[in-house]
Amino acid sequence: MKDMKTKTVPVLGGALEITTNIAGQGDPLVFLHSAGGFYWDDFLDELADRYTVYAPYFPGTEPGKPDLIRAVDSLWDVVTAYDDVLDALGLEQTTLMGHSFGGLLACELAAQRKRQITKLILISPMGLWREDAPYTVADWCAPELDDLPEILFHRLDEPRVQRRLALPDDEEEAARAQVHFIWTLGCTGKVIWPIPDKGLKKRIHRITAPSLIVWGENDRLIPPVYASEFRDSISGAQLSMIPECGHDPLLEQCELLSEQVGYFLAA
Amino acid sequence: MKISCFHLMPYRDLPDDFLSKHKSAWFTLPFHEVADRHKISQYYNWTLDELIFAAKSGFDGVCTNEHHQNAYGFMVNPNMMGSILARATRDLNLKTAIVQMGQTAVFVNPPIRVAEEYAMLDSISEGRMVAGMPVGVGGDFAYSYGYAPITQRERYQEAHDLIKKAWAAKEIFAWNGKYYQLPMVNIWPRPVQEPHPPIWVPGNASPGTWDFVVEHDYAYCYLTYFGAKGADTAVNGYWRRVEEGGREPNPYRLGYLIPVGVSETDASAAKEYAKHAEYFYHKMLLLPPSLFFPPGFLTHSGLEYLMVKKPLPTLEETQNNRFKDFNEQDYLVVGSAETVTERLTEIIKRLRIGNLMLLPQFGSMGHEQAMENIDRIGKHVLPHLRGIWDDEGWENHWWPQGAREEKRKAA
Repeated sequence: MKDMKTKTVPVLGGALEITTNIAGQGDPLVFLHSAGGFYWDDFLDELADRYTVYAPYFPGTEPGKPDLIRAVDSLWDVVTAYDDVLDALGLEQTTLMGHSFGGLLACELAAQRKRQITKLILISPMGLWREDAPYTVADWCAPELDDLPEILFHRLDEPRVQRRLALPDDEEEAARAQVHFIWTLGCTGKVIWPIPDKGLKKRIHRITAPSLIVWGENDRLIPPVYASEFRDSISGAQLSMIPECGHDPLLEQCELLSEQVGYFLAA
Repeated sequence: MKISCFHLMPYRDLPDDFLSKHKSAWFTLPFHEVADRHKISQYYNWTLDELIFAAKSGFDGVCTNEHHQNAYGFMVNPNMMGSILARATRDLNLKTAIVQMGQTAVFVNPPIRVAEEYAMLDSISEGRMVAGMPVGVGGDFAYSYGYAPITQRERYQEAHDLIKKAWAAKEIFAWNGKYYQLPMVNIWPRPVQEPHPPIWVPGNASPGTWDFVVEHDYAYCYLTYFGAKGADTAVNGYWRRVEEGGREPNPYRLGYLIPVGVSETDASAAKEYAKHAEYFYHKMLLLPPSLFFPPGFLTHSGLEYLMVKKPLPTLEETQNNRFKDFNEQDYLVVGSAETVTERLTEIIKRLRIGNLMLLPQFGSMGHEQAMENIDRIGKHVLPHLRGIWDDEGWENHWWPQGAREEKRKAA
């Protein structure tokens, strides 16, 4: 695993600070994590061979700073805060990637920063809505923790998935890990509750960056029918469906995803 | 000592195979699979009859409450029930307090609607209303009503401040809050009681709520179904805050709710109430933590306390316990009038409860049995409890002004 640095910058006129994890070398690539929080594994680590990966914590999800979420009241606050982060980090031109909840944020940011985003990669993003394919925040917040893996992952036996799900042996440490996960769902839920359809459809046309949409064919959380919805909404976007894969291609199909993303970034 | 009759308005006839088919009695329980709308029509009227009978039987107050999308209790608008109770008790010339435990301000937008409805109810009851101000069940807020759970406590604070100001303000004012913006607040009517009806805040032992209650000099109502035996830690924590906040240890600062069943003997009581108690604890409280505590509803420290210290029994533990366990651990108090009186007296004195709330109808208990239970409590238990705090000479500042006279003056 690469050495990880962090950089904390003030945003929203000083009302909030955001810490960004930074690793690797090369051109910048900003990664926005899912509703489950920041997690570093092989996929991002390999990307860091060729790119400097910047992965900000969503407010309130950085360990030890739960109350930062209080400064965020709306999705608009978050987009503005991330816009401030990219400016503060000097990322005038950057590739932007987001997974799930982070995919929604990446779309909003790309629609806002337009030509400052050189390429956009959306991995099973939230943000659009079809009456025939409903999904709500309750789909990942209402189930018991023990029931979540079945919903999130198609390849439960994949070692990377098992590693993500593993809890510390110590009972108290395990409980604290679960607290962190639940709190993270609470923080990310603040700006998308109860349904992550917050008007992206009126802004998504503004995205000018060449875009790749990736979706697991067996995604049980956000129906794969949204893959073509995103492709059709972003001018010139490419779509890559990943077989034998649920909602988390980063963990479930790391090699396939790396390959697809590699082609797209090299083109 | 003031003793009120609480009612949840539960679904009393869930099918026998309910537990094998469903994972929750709340939020995710499909109405059409288990419920009969005609029975529900009957339940609402039974509930009103039981509460009115409690008022006639000598209970000092009648309590309503608000919950949504469940079989546990669905007085979705407690003020509809409260207004009927206010008028019915007035017609009976009773001084019964109408304890709204209560309308949940964060479910109402804008929350000045609560200020208005409570003022209306205080008017109809001629100043007999207690204004309950619950934070609200997390699942109701998040899943039934679609609000982000992490905003519930902050919204509650703002709604509370707005309601208080709407009751008190002499001038029309604008409200520019984080969650609510109103250009002109000038509510009609205002509460009969001045400056406002007594405020009771129900809670689940959250220290933040204790601080809030002590700061504002409200009464705190500890609502736990998990046993007076385990209540000491929470209640002692509350009394410590009361002392630290410079308030006097007036027992009327504490309310407490407990299910009660009275029969001829302890043995006959066990026989008559066991299945209803198990229905209540096994079926009505079948509520997974993720539904009760949506992510963000508890503060980070509150969540840590819940998951690391594990103060609450797990669903499995509750499911594995039987009536005997519930009764032994004072989850409820069931027995002969003598036994119930003795056990309640011990609980009241140990926890320093001034405003006791009894739940005489619980679970599947039918109407006749509930009425009989209310009658027995009124005749054989209440008279022995009423004087418990008399020798200490405290005044119940949290009892509504219109309910304090010995007899309401004839209209």
